[in-house]
Amino acid sequence: MASESEILEGLAEIVNEETGIDTAEVELDKSFTDDLDIDSLSMMTIVVNAEERFGVRIPDDEVKNLKTVRDAVTFIAGAQG
Amino acid sequence: MTSPSATRVVVTGMGATTPVGGTVADTWDAILAGRSGARPLEFDWVAQYELPVTFAAQLHTPPDQVLAKVETRRLDPSSQYALIAAREAWADAGSPDIEPERLAVAVGSGIGGVHTLLNQWDTLREKGPRRVYPLAVPMLMPNGPAAAISLELSARAGSHTPVSACASGAEAMGYAIQLIRSGRADVVVAGGTEAAMHPMPIAGFAAMQALSTRNDDPEGASRPYDISRDGFVLGEGAAVIVLESEEHARARGARIYAELAGVGMSADAHHITAPEPNGSGAARAMLEAIATAGASPADIAHINAHATSTPVGDVAEANAIRRAFGDLAGSIPVSTTKSMTGHLLGAAGALEAIFTILALHHRLAPATINLVDLDPEVGLDVVRGAHRTLPAGDLLALDNSFGFGGHNVALAFRTV
Repeated sequence: MASESEILEGLAEIVNEETGIDTAEVELDKSFTDDLDIDSLSMMTIVVNAEERFGVRIPDDEVKNLKTVRDAVTFIAGAQG
Repeated sequence: MTSPSATRVVVTGMGATTPVGGTVADTWDAILAGRSGARPLEFDWVAQYELPVTFAAQLHTPPDQVLAKVETRRLDPSSQYALIAAREAWADAGSPDIEPERLAVAVGSGIGGVHTLLNQWDTLREKGPRRVYPLAVPMLMPNGPAAAISLELSARAGSHTPVSACASGAEAMGYAIQLIRSGRADVVVAGGTEAAMHPMPIAGFAAMQALSTRNDDPEGASRPYDISRDGFVLGEGAAVIVLESEEHARARGARIYAELAGVGMSADAHHITAPEPNGSGAARAMLEAIATAGASPADIAHINAHATSTPVGDVAEANAIRRAFGDLAGSIPVSTTKSMTGHLLGAAGALEAIFTILALHHRLAPATINLVDLDPEVGLDVVRGAHRTLPAGDLLALDNSFGFGGHNVALAFRTV
């Protein structure tokens, strides 16, 4: 099971892979849409790649609640259990 | 036939990524050196599917050497190639300062995003619908390349994608003339792109016996007009030019390579793939291009032929040239650059437009390679052995492109 810091690191790599955003920019308090300018199509790819990487399921209707990087990290950490 | 238009359209920038070079300059150098871009396909799928053709004219410079990683991920190869060519063309034109509403894009493709379509189909079957990439549809759509360029350059006058198989790139340039002459745009980024280096299209072309099977001699396989030709060599890449109203180009002091003086288009309505054997449709396209350029057949100093190296197609085009030019046909230097680049399908007409422009610009018709025994049915003055110097003075040259479906497009360029 990945720790929250490992999840953040992994998520930053996924975001970088999909959008080219520097991994250092992917910080806990950043908003995916407002700060990182990630559109809904890219967000879906990030979600699916995160599911595969962390072995969790992120339901489609949960994605809209993942506004910040912290929201995603917290959700993934909880879902691992 | 339409009458010559008052608005002159000129070429102010060129870009290309091809099997023989990653830029226009490198590609032209390779053409003048007579280098072939054909080489063995080094993919596992060649043996896996026992493909009857094991070579192709593959892109010289891989896109990941030129583009950002995220661009190669989010764009189909057909859009990647187009974006590379468009960036070069735009920079070559001096990155014109233009209102977005006066700038348009017309970039065609024969097959579109076939890599994405087939790879995502594999993903669906192997991993299910949730793993299908959310950008799959915009990546596979044939207008994806034009859209990518429109986004890149903020072109808002229109973004268009003529699709006419192997005439697409030339048709896009014909469409671009109309955009400028009708007043919809002052500048148009126009061309063609193709990325079909995938086992399925290769198997498809091979099934129709359109491809050369000279597997032991890839570089000698594309031999337009040679008696021993046995089919075309699949190529890939993109070619894009910047077209501009002469008034706009002069006002900003742009370098002008040539005038795109006329365009002719026709349809054979004869057979889904075979050309009209007597060449009447193709001849009409050539004559219309000449007429819309305000010229006569005697003014044509050079032809870049479509000449793909298929047994039937090359003779049909030769018949069309003789039909259009009559007794003049035997005295016009004809170049067949597909002998080196292979057949870039939807990008072919655009790339050969660039070769035609450069031939006028440098007054040099490039030599065809692999032409050992000229098919006696051809009866044309095919440039071979050495390049041919074109005469001084006001010259016109034609670029012919034909596509499955009976599409015929001829472009007439003039020296400036």
